[in-house]
Amino acid sequence: MRYLPLTANDRRAMLAKIGAPDIDALFRDVPKEAVVPLSAFDLSETKGEMEVERILAKLASRNMAAGAGPFFCGAGAYKHHVPSAVDHLIQRSEFLTSYTPYQPEISQGTLQVLFEFQTQVALLTGMEVANASLYDGSTGTAEAVLMAQRLTRRSKAILSGGLHPHYAETVETVAGLSGQVHRSPVTPGKAEDIAALIDADTACVVVQSPDVFGLIRDLKPIAEAAHAKGALLIAVVTEVVSLGLLESPGAQGADIVACEGQSIGNGLNFGGPYVGLFAAREKFLRQMPGRLCGETVDAAGKRGFVLTLSTREQHIRREKATSNICTNSGLCALAFSIHLSLLGEEGLTRLARINHAKAAALAERLSKLKGVELVTPSFFNEFTLKLSKPAAGVVDALAAKHVLGGVPASRLMPHEASARDLLIVAATETNIDEDFASFEQALGEVLA
Amino acid sequence: MSMNNQGRPSQATMTQDNELPTISGDRGLDLEARLIFELGRDGVTGVDFPDVKVDDSRLHGLRRKAAIGLPGLSEPEVIRHYVRLSRQNYAIDAGLYPLGSCTMKHNPRLNEKMARLPGFGDLHPLAPSVATQGALALIQELMRWLTTLTGMPAVAMSPKAGAHGELCGLLAIRAAVQARGEHRNRILVPESAHGTNPATAAFAGFVVDEVPAKPDGRVDADALKAKLGPDVAAIMLTNPNTCGLFEGEIIGIAKAVHEAGAYFYCDGANFNAIAGRVRPGDLGIDAMHINLHKTFSTPHGGGGPGAGPVVLSERLKDFAPLPLLVADGEGFKLIEDRAELPAGAKPFGRMCAFHGQMGMFVRALSYMLSHGRDGVRQASEDAVLSANYILASLKDIMSAPFGDGPCMHEALFDDTFLEGTEITTLDFAKAMIDEGYHPMTMYFPLVVHGAMLIEPTESESKESLDRFAAVLRGLAEDAKAGRKERFEGAPHYAPRRRLDETAAARKPILRWKPSALPEAA
Repeated sequence: MRYLPLTANDRRAMLAKIGAPDIDALFRDVPKEAVVPLSAFDLSETKGEMEVERILAKLASRNMAAGAGPFFCGAGAYKHHVPSAVDHLIQRSEFLTSYTPYQPEISQGTLQVLFEFQTQVALLTGMEVANASLYDGSTGTAEAVLMAQRLTRRSKAILSGGLHPHYAETVETVAGLSGQVHRSPVTPGKAEDIAALIDADTACVVVQSPDVFGLIRDLKPIAEAAHAKGALLIAVVTEVVSLGLLESPGAQGADIVACEGQSIGNGLNFGGPYVGLFAAREKFLRQMPGRLCGETVDAAGKRGFVLTLSTREQHIRREKATSNICTNSGLCALAFSIHLSLLGEEGLTRLARINHAKAAALAERLSKLKGVELVTPSFFNEFTLKLSKPAAGVVDALAAKHVLGGVPASRLMPHEASARDLLIVAATETNIDEDFASFEQALGEVLA
Repeated sequence: MSMNNQGRPSQATMTQDNELPTISGDRGLDLEARLIFELGRDGVTGVDFPDVKVDDSRLHGLRRKAAIGLPGLSEPEVIRHYVRLSRQNYAIDAGLYPLGSCTMKHNPRLNEKMARLPGFGDLHPLAPSVATQGALALIQELMRWLTTLTGMPAVAMSPKAGAHGELCGLLAIRAAVQARGEHRNRILVPESAHGTNPATAAFAGFVVDEVPAKPDGRVDADALKAKLGPDVAAIMLTNPNTCGLFEGEIIGIAKAVHEAGAYFYCDGANFNAIAGRVRPGDLGIDAMHINLHKTFSTPHGGGGPGAGPVVLSERLKDFAPLPLLVADGEGFKLIEDRAELPAGAKPFGRMCAFHGQMGMFVRALSYMLSHGRDGVRQASEDAVLSANYILASLKDIMSAPFGDGPCMHEALFDDTFLEGTEITTLDFAKAMIDEGYHPMTMYFPLVVHGAMLIEPTESESKESLDRFAAVLRGLAEDAKAGRKERFEGAPHYAPRRRLDETAAARKPILRWKPSALPEAA
């Protein structure tokens, strides 16, 4: 086996040094009845690289990759171009094959990356502090709700109907254990009056912008209403590129921001791994979940970085920790950070404008088709169409024409009658005019 | 010889000025990296995009007014920055990384290549199922490997890391208890457990009750059984445990737990010691997370991403979270909605958006197919053999609290051998850095004083293990001989000396701020 360096001779010599007659002797504490022969496992034997490549490439070929044709799916995961330098750098051994930086003297690379990442996230979201990443946007949203419950000592979380349903279900699963989670009705293309739902028991309101239909939400009045009642505003962003063009959640009064960072530096990966960006007001720092990296000096007076405030964390506080999280999304955070460094202020703002321009052009074009109506008056790079037919069937029919034409809202909210005919469509810098033309033609044919 | 020094051969002379500070702050190949925010400037970018004008008509009046504050750099500058940073990291590719419990084994590059196949890496999670059959088939195949290796009937794939898997398992247990109409709010956790265990139990709304360890490093089974009662929902036990020992009474413990109406959660962080030899299902376990980034070698990436699928027993499988993967006549399908549940399914909820860490699934399956069942078993045996070899090589000079019998994949030492030397476990570990090694896990498990937990893994050659043992022996000898200079203030040869963690926590600086500019409004 090519990954195992020990030879049969080595093994014999090592057993002799140990003073064990055979390998079984080392497993002597295992109850006899629990030891099974290899034949108990109905699994294949060792394979060489070529064989494994063949098997997996065959499976991969049965999927329709986003880059294989006209592609317009979004709803929480977006197809963007990732510069070649990003993937090259994250595959450097020193980043790829290192552990959580518990030994700062020999982990300054990872630690400085995390410090820069935290700064980038804070700047983008308009918040004062950010952590070193969580698993993804959805789990980050659940952590934000728990954090708000701790901070306010109140139990109720109010979720906007525009929050991605997977995020809402994740919040319900975790935060519903100790508190109440109230989901506001779905209002496609409109902002609900969520401020009216805030009462004295409310720990937080959770509002996504752009929302799951693509609609841009004005967070300011919600923040004001929440604060007036002693509640917190949690802003959720699933398309982080939007922050290159839109007012940051921090500037609109958000107290905690949970954001999916996949769009920058990370591929679609069929849903994971992604990277959760998590930022908050500085005064809430001690209740933040996850790892934090801080600046300090070494014994020789040189600037250096360490994991800090770990008294919040599970390995120190055990059952009193702010969260049970241990592993985060280090390598995805690195990819995010490298891509954002490449983009810089100018690259990101240009990228964001291109995304919006592409989406605006596509929305204009598609909404002229018979049986198509634009539902979202405002949007960033994703909008929702109301079709003359159920959207799920339309998406399948489009796929048969090799167009991945968006996400049917019914996939995310199957019980929402109003969602049946809604199609959520995203356009990014990766789309070209030819894609638009193919989509327009295919959709026209399917709806005819 | 290159052109540049042709005819001018250098001499290997040594002068006394090797501690001379350099002008640049760099030292030969030890290159410093400034913060990226200190490097960039306005108007530069590493990605070329046209400058497209957009009007505000669809932006709801919320166009960004203020600049973000990101620095601008060209591609070569960005690459140089991250390459310089990377060189300040230790890595398993560079040397032995004996972090007990963390399992730093070789990361095959084939797995990276496979995860980047466009059919996996460039696949949208909500693409219609006709477009994702290969991906769903891959998940199904990985599920088959996981359930077969563990001898369990079902597996929940969506948890994103070990601790997330623990939460998934406990939420399934909570749902199962509720479904029986019972109220059980206590979880028994051995004091040697990973910190995530009590944290997860509390996170899932349970009260944590600690169970002591016996002098031989195993959980006190009698004390555990005495604590069982009608309010106990589950026990959380790591096996092999965090002392690197197999819990030999596990089958009896499982029986008692089940008789008391409770569930048995196993922390699977150490499954890599027994995979291919022992099936957790045969031990009476009801739920166990599998750290794909440990046992199946998806890279740790400086702290993630991981993946923590949870195998479930017959008693718990109906409570697995959404989405569920099912096969029908037409192919594979994800069940994301309660209205479409297969018979008997009562999912407790959803762990995250979409369906889990697909990128890690591809890598793990690539690892499994490469190893095969024989390779998986051999890897476990080699991991155990290597740990015992380290134990046998060092127990005469370092103190092994449970060194009388064999260990599993980790060799545990304590600081008894440093008594009277004024050298601590921390000093000893930092001196290892000067020797070119990453320190072992220290001060964990908590049940041993000054613990040093060494996990060499199956990825080391005998020569590498011999060299490592010789270095630790040398350090132990120096410590006992009172040569404190090797330990005090170590490391001496790392990119940084010891860092002031106290100052970092007292006055946290968690981000760069422009010094010349006032605070952003």
